[in-house]
Amino acid sequence: MKVLIRHEKREVEVQGRRRVRELLVELGVNPESVLVIRNAQLLTHDAQVADDETVELRQVISGGGA
Amino acid sequence: MRCQRCKGDATVEVRRHHTAFCNEHFIEFFDRQVERAIEGEHMFVRGERVLVAVSGGKDSLALWDVLRRLGYDATGLYINLGIGTYSEESHQKSVAFADAQGLELLVADIPHDYGMNVEEFARATRRVSCSACGLSKRYLFNRVAVDRGFQVVATGHNLDDEAAVLFGNLLHWQTEYLARQAPVLPSTHPRLVRKVKPLYRIAEREAAAYAIIRGIDYIVDECPNSVGAKSLLYKDALNLLEQAAPGTKQSLYWGFLERGRPLVQAQDNATLRDCIHCGQPTTAEVCAFCRMTERAAERMRVRRAGDAPRAADVPDEVPAAAPSAGG
Repeated sequence: MKVLIRHEKREVEVQGRRRVRELLVELGVNPESVLVIRNAQLLTHDAQVADDETVELRQVISGGGA
Repeated sequence: MRCQRCKGDATVEVRRHHTAFCNEHFIEFFDRQVERAIEGEHMFVRGERVLVAVSGGKDSLALWDVLRRLGYDATGLYINLGIGTYSEESHQKSVAFADAQGLELLVADIPHDYGMNVEEFARATRRVSCSACGLSKRYLFNRVAVDRGFQVVATGHNLDDEAAVLFGNLLHWQTEYLARQAPVLPSTHPRLVRKVKPLYRIAEREAAAYAIIRGIDYIVDECPNSVGAKSLLYKDALNLLEQAAPGTKQSLYWGFLERGRPLVQAQDNATLRDCIHCGQPTTAEVCAFCRMTERAAERMRVRRAGDAPRAADVPDEVPAAAPSAGG
């Protein structure tokens, strides 16, 4: 599957189907800090992503002192 | 995973409540949390004019959207901070949202009004960028609200923002800041409007989920000046705890409001008076914003004087017989 990591402006290719939870562990991403989107739909952590699909990891943490 | 309400496919997990929702019921949950915040903390009532601080990001646009949907009278205020393409894009997103929803968006333009941007304010006063930016925004939100007759300013600060600020203040035992951290800061001066944070019960991940489900086109890229900001470090640290123990951020912040804040509130005894330059409320003779802009303007004057063509000054200052001063 193709994983778009938008805030890092990069794409990674992961072989085989995965649950979202497993995918995030594999990529070392804290599930609290991202949303996972497939075809404009949000996915919960138990959702399966097939090998031929594309998902986006959308960083949700923003900051600054204000 | 199933939606707690309709048992259909869930799209958003809310681990701190051990639950999950489909799109429709997540929006219902979100609305309920915002209403509880507004009503429970007596933030404002329907019919009262609310000025929403809009940055083009997920939190402020989600806030503006939910207030409008819930029937509140909300006008947006966008502040151009002059941070290059980031400010341009965030302005475009704010305008596009306002136009699409038929909402009024006010704009305050720092480079236009003060001749420099917040980064120059920061350099001139040796502040970090986020500090100069925060000071400018707090000042202008209040000033525009007062000038335009709004009694309340609403910001998109969410649970994660508040928990991170609290965490930072606790790490350094900033008791005077602790005393002033609350979802509602009442007006304590005729020219100081009430400040409210209707998203304080909403986690940052939930605010982003709301924006995505509602199809809000927000600026995803981060402010370039926030790289390395302490607030991001604190958020990461809290999210590590949250991952292992869901509900940690909520318990930290809501627990503080219930049990910690009353202990430190007695220490907040600052007396406000009018800034002798701009008339805005301050604890000093000249307010922090005027001090910052005056210092920045002075620095710019000195720099411009230094850049002026030297030859123009020489005839008046150097006697004709003297050798050229050189450097």
